[in-house]
Amino acid sequence: MTTQSTIIEEPKAKPFPMTRMLLYVFLIGFTLIYMSPFFGAIITSLRTQDDITINGFWSIPTVVTYENYPRAWIQGRVNRYLLNSFIITIPALIGTIFLSSLSAFALARYKFPGNQLIYFTYVAGTMLPFQILILPVFLLSNSVGLYNTYWSLIITHVAFQMGFCTFVLRNFMKTLPGEIMDAARIDGASEWGIYWKIVMPLTVPGIAAVATLEFTWIFNDYLWALMLIQDDSIKPVTAGLSTLQGQFITNWPMIVAGALLAALPTLVVFFALQRYFIGGLTLGSGK
Amino acid sequence: MAVTSPPVRTKSKFDPTPYLFVIGPLLLYLVWIIGPMFYSFYLSVTDWDGISPDAKYIGLANFETLFGSLGKRRTSPFEYALVNNLKWLLTFITIPVAMGLGLAIVLNQNVKGDRFFKVGIFLPQVLSLPVIGLIWAWVYNPRDGFINPLLTSLGIADPPSWLSDKELVIWAVILAAAWRQIGYIMILYVAGLKNVDIRLLEAARLDGANAWQAFRHITFPLLAPVTTIVVVISVIDSLRSFDLVWIMTKGGPANSSTVLAVLMYIQAFNNYKMGLGAATAVVLFMISLVFIVGYLWRIMKDEMEY
Repeated sequence: MTTQSTIIEEPKAKPFPMTRMLLYVFLIGFTLIYMSPFFGAIITSLRTQDDITINGFWSIPTVVTYENYPRAWIQGRVNRYLLNSFIITIPALIGTIFLSSLSAFALARYKFPGNQLIYFTYVAGTMLPFQILILPVFLLSNSVGLYNTYWSLIITHVAFQMGFCTFVLRNFMKTLPGEIMDAARIDGASEWGIYWKIVMPLTVPGIAAVATLEFTWIFNDYLWALMLIQDDSIKPVTAGLSTLQGQFITNWPMIVAGALLAALPTLVVFFALQRYFIGGLTLGSGK
Repeated sequence: MAVTSPPVRTKSKFDPTPYLFVIGPLLLYLVWIIGPMFYSFYLSVTDWDGISPDAKYIGLANFETLFGSLGKRRTSPFEYALVNNLKWLLTFITIPVAMGLGLAIVLNQNVKGDRFFKVGIFLPQVLSLPVIGLIWAWVYNPRDGFINPLLTSLGIADPPSWLSDKELVIWAVILAAAWRQIGYIMILYVAGLKNVDIRLLEAARLDGANAWQAFRHITFPLLAPVTTIVVVISVIDSLRSFDLVWIMTKGGPANSSTVLAVLMYIQAFNNYKMGLGAATAVVLFMISLVFIVGYLWRIMKDEMEY
C-alpha cells in the first residue's frame, strides 16, 4: 500500500462493492417486474379459463396444459393467419429493399437536379402520420381492384416503407469509397453493373440491418391489414388476432396463447438476428 | 471527408442515368403516398359520404364542425381525441425518454450480464401492437387479470376497473404503449453513449464533479443529437397511435379513450362521413407537420455541412 500503487491504479477502477450489489438487485428486480406481463401471459396460456375464474391468476395452477396452443393454432386459425403474414411480408420486404436500393444508389452516388428534393421527400414521408393516407389508399386500392387482396397490402407496405429504407441505404452507400466505382467505370462497367455488382454487395451489412427491422415492421402491421383486407382467409396474423379475440371473448388462456403464437416469428427473427436488428435501429437514427 | 463525396460528372450534357434509377420507386411513391396525401386534403373540404358518386365542396365546414365541438359541457369525441393525443404525446416525450436514458446510463457502467437486461427490456418492442394490446387487456382484466387480483390480495378493497374507468382508461393504454417504447429509447441511448468519450467523464470526476454534474454538463449535452431523434420518434409514434386503442377499448367507454386516428376511422367507416374523417386526419397532419419541419430542418443543415 505505497503511494506508488495508488498512482498506477486507475482513478475509479473498482467502485464500492455495496453500490454494485444494490445496482444488481435493482436491475434484476426492475427487469423481472418489467417482463412480468409477458411471463404472466405465458403462465396464463398454460392454464384453463375455469381454473383462473375460480382461483384467480395468483394461485397455484390446478391444471397445467399446453392444449391452448394447438387449439389457437387450428380452431383459432393462427396457422392460416401466420401463413398469410408470410405471404404478405416476404414479397413486400423484397420489393421494399430492391426499390429503395435503386433510389438510394442514385441519390448517394450521382449529383443531379432534384436529388435533394427527392431525398427530403422520402425523409419527410417516413414521418407522415399514416392516418392522412388511410382513406385515399383505401379508395385507390378499391378503384384498381386490389382491395381485399394480398397485393393491396404488399404494394402499400412497399410504398410506405420505402421512405425509411431509402433514407438508411442512401446514407450507408454514401460512406462507400468512390474510387472503387471510378475504377470500375474506367474498366468499362455499365452504371447498372456498378450498382448491381459493386455497390450492392458492399451494402449487404446495411441491407441486412434494414431488412431485419423492416421484416418486423411489416409483419407487425395491423392498421393497413384492418383497412385493406376483409376476408378472414387472407388476413395476416395481427388482424387475425382480433377475430380470435372475438371468437374466444372471455377465454384468456386461448387469447393469450394465440397472441404468443402470433409473436413467435418476430421473436425468432429478433433473437437470431439481434445484431442486425439493433444495428438497423441505430443506423436509422444515426443521422 | 472528400473521399466519400459522390463523383462529379464532368460532362455538362444531360445524363439520364440517375433518373432511370429513381423513376420506378418514385412513381410508386407519388401514386401511393404523396398523391393520396393531397387527396385527403381535397376530401377534407367535401361532404362525401363514401357511397354517392359525387362529393360537394363545402369549404371549411368540416373543420368548423370539429373545432366548434370543443369546450362544450358534454365533451365531444373530437375533444377527447385531441386531449388524449396530447396526453399521449406529453407522456411519451417525458417518462419513457427519461426511463430509457436512465436505464442506458445504468447499463453503461460495465454491468455484467447487461445483455440480459437489455434484451428483457427491449423485448416488448419486438411484439406487434395487437399482441401487446391483448396481453395488457388481460393484465387489466378485473377478474382474471394480473393487477387487480394482486391489489386485492394486498388488501386494496376496491381496485379501479382500468379499461372501463373513463378517467383512467387512456392512462392505462398509454402505460401499455410506454411499456413497448422504453426499450427502444434505451437502445438508442445505449448506442449514443458509445460515442461519449469516457476520458472526458473521468477528467470531470478528477476535477471534483459529482456524478450528477458530470451527467448534466457532459453526458447529456453530448447526447443531444440522440435526444432530438428520440423526441421526434416519440412525437410521431404518439400521434400515430391507433392499434392499441382499437384492440383494447375501441375508443370507449363513451369515447373517453379515443384518439384522432380512431375517431377518423369511426367517422369514415362506421358513420360514412369521409369528408369529416379526412378533416380529422388533416388536423393530425398539421400537428405533426410542426415536428416534421423542425426535424427536416435539422437534417438539411447536416446535409449542407457535407
